[in-house]
Amino acid sequence: MQLRVRALESVLTEKGYIDPAALDLIVEAYETRVGPHNGARVVARAWSDPAFKQALLEDGSKAVRTMGHESRVGDHLVVLENTPAQHNMVVCTLCSCYPWEVLGLPPVWYKSAPYRSRAVKDPRGVLADFGVKLPKETQIRVWDSTAETRFLVLPTRPAGTEGWSEERLASLVTRDCMIGTGLPKKSEEVR
Amino acid sequence: MDGIHDMGGMDGFGKVLPEANEPPFHEAWEGRVLAMQRALGYAGAWHIDVSRAAQERLPPQVYLTSSYYQRWELAMESNVTERGLADADEIAAGHALREGKPLMRKLTPDLVQQGMTRGSFFRQAQAPARFKPGDRVRTRNIHPRTHTRLPRYARGRVGVIERQHGCHAFPDAVATDRGDDPQWLYTVVFDGRELWGADADPMVKVSIDAFEPYLDPA
Repeated sequence: MQLRVRALESVLTEKGYIDPAALDLIVEAYETRVGPHNGARVVARAWSDPAFKQALLEDGSKAVRTMGHESRVGDHLVVLENTPAQHNMVVCTLCSCYPWEVLGLPPVWYKSAPYRSRAVKDPRGVLADFGVKLPKETQIRVWDSTAETRFLVLPTRPAGTEGWSEERLASLVTRDCMIGTGLPKKSEEVR
Repeated sequence: MDGIHDMGGMDGFGKVLPEANEPPFHEAWEGRVLAMQRALGYAGAWHIDVSRAAQERLPPQVYLTSSYYQRWELAMESNVTERGLADADEIAAGHALREGKPLMRKLTPDLVQQGMTRGSFFRQAQAPARFKPGDRVRTRNIHPRTHTRLPRYARGRVGVIERQHGCHAFPDAVATDRGDDPQWLYTVVFDGRELWGADADPMVKVSIDAFEPYLDPA
């Protein structure tokens, strides 16, 4: 595959369509700057600032743009708040749509047939694969990303984190809890 | 199209296997594929729905046995040749043998930040929205041979409009070079039992984002 990709890149470069130096910068951005730490900052801000949280739930793209991210956020970001009554989980059954700008590149499992096939039919079983068990009375809401809307889950703030700084709160926020296949770390897991 | 990519609800693929400390790319070529796709998108070579449609047209056995970035590479090769940007003999040779075609623009290093920002899919509405939150709708039972974003498991089902997302470019039209054909977009939520039968978990709800042509009043 390496040779095949290199052949295509050479052809497209010689044709004048692409610039390999720009490609280098894109790869570097995804390797070093665009990742779930961006989303974790958004979640931590929402946990500490009720006005920001409200703005975020009303218009995710607009609210995140006020934070000055490494990668600017395009339109159509929708933030979904977990509550004791409802747990949100995001999938793209048709391809692998994912909120890249706030979570970076999707992990292999998110793009895999097991996740894409089962998340809409057996979400509790999928959560069990991640070691997550929710109370029976919690409704699970699965969001299939079938259009250009992109979803970010706002998990519930863990207990015992009163008075924590945004930076410390962000250290509780895992990638999976922003997809809905995990829960944030507990306060005692972070120092 | 009713292809292998439309896998929501299929059985038999096994457990989800998360990988601890997964790197952004497992091999260097994966990053090149992703970056080429971005650069070609910026250049206006084709729209994202055209890229999705090309992946969906891969033979099912190829689709299932190729990794995510392998599928991107294969789809990119198809689009490059089908759209006359390069010929198969050039890709086989690994060199351009003929002049390139003019594209809209080119992603250069100084434009990368801009090129990595997603474009907006909002478009000017051609008609007022037909539905509002709270309306009951039935998804259409359609089986186009071309690209669509209405998954099979959610066709012919009754749900409720929960949100309206504005008017967007319509992928079914964009993927077949019929322009943006702007359509209203809604989140439609279904009870799990409506999708998976009476035995399904009563505490599950599933939503899709559906374009107005996918919906009828119910």
